[in-house]
Amino acid sequence: MPVETWLLFILSYMIVGSIVALELKNILASIVSIGIVGLGVSISFLFLQAPDLAIVQFLFEIFALIILVRAFAKREYHEEKAARVSGVMYFITVIVLVAVLVVSIPVFRALPPFGDPIMWVANYYLKNGAAETGSANLVTSVILDYRAYDTLGEVTVLFTAILGALTILKVRSKKEEREEDEDE
Amino acid sequence: MNREGMTLIVRTVTRISVWLIILYGIYIALHGHLTPGGGFAGGVIISLAFLNVTLAYGRKFTSRWLDIGLLGDIEASSASLILALGIMGMAFGGGFLANFLSHGKLFHLVSAGTIPIYNILIGAKVGMALFVVVWTLAITRIGEEEEQ
Repeated sequence: MPVETWLLFILSYMIVGSIVALELKNILASIVSIGIVGLGVSISFLFLQAPDLAIVQFLFEIFALIILVRAFAKREYHEEKAARVSGVMYFITVIVLVAVLVVSIPVFRALPPFGDPIMWVANYYLKNGAAETGSANLVTSVILDYRAYDTLGEVTVLFTAILGALTILKVRSKKEEREEDEDE
Repeated sequence: MNREGMTLIVRTVTRISVWLIILYGIYIALHGHLTPGGGFAGGVIISLAFLNVTLAYGRKFTSRWLDIGLLGDIEASSASLILALGIMGMAFGGGFLANFLSHGKLFHLVSAGTIPIYNILIGAKVGMALFVVVWTLAITRIGEEEEQ
């Protein structure tokens, strides 16, 4: 089968998985169904010959699943009542969505065909990357040599996010510890 | 048995497999410039190994097994080492984050100049950071707050 067929199959699988996740009443089963989406993305990266991305996506899917299960599995959750939407709003929404679709048709026509990207910059990396950086893995040569500044930004974002989380959570956990000591 | 964590089966499997997982993470991070993967993926694998121990053996054992404060220090120091290496590139290689070391032979483990060093540092940073955050979330006990 060509790659497109596999991708369409995985995509429909992911859509079904997310709908199931929305409809299920059991929160643990719902979290597991969300995992289908990330796993599907990971497999499609493999089909598109991007193993670097597939590995990272797969690992973060596991990570997110563990955190979600730990944070939400034992919690009670309230059921959201269906919002009352008037017929006019439905009409407007459908009109806007159709308009967006119609407007975006020329955009899709302007895109390069599937599997045949333009590759102006990437061609240079493919030709000279190994010689200029000495790295056999061209993805690494891009993220840590040509575009190292982006990676530094990424690391800074992670660092800042973690700093914020620790600052907020550490205060609270220390307070709880003190209360526990007083109880004893 | 009044211990936290999971059953004996999970504990035994974890005791054997956790070192393999850590080794695999180090491998992925070290060979980032040769095979798919890299510092980011390797770091996440290492943090997942620590997370595995936390889930299987519980919080008390993990806080004895690992020095969480040391992990936080490794995380912060590798972040500043990345920055220092970038500034060294400015001093020796003509630009911020420049690859100023010798490139070596293609497909060799010691090649590609500063890229493997960045991979190791990013692996240490990401792995420790993710685990420390999950650890902090675990000791905060979000779920139990609203019940009180």
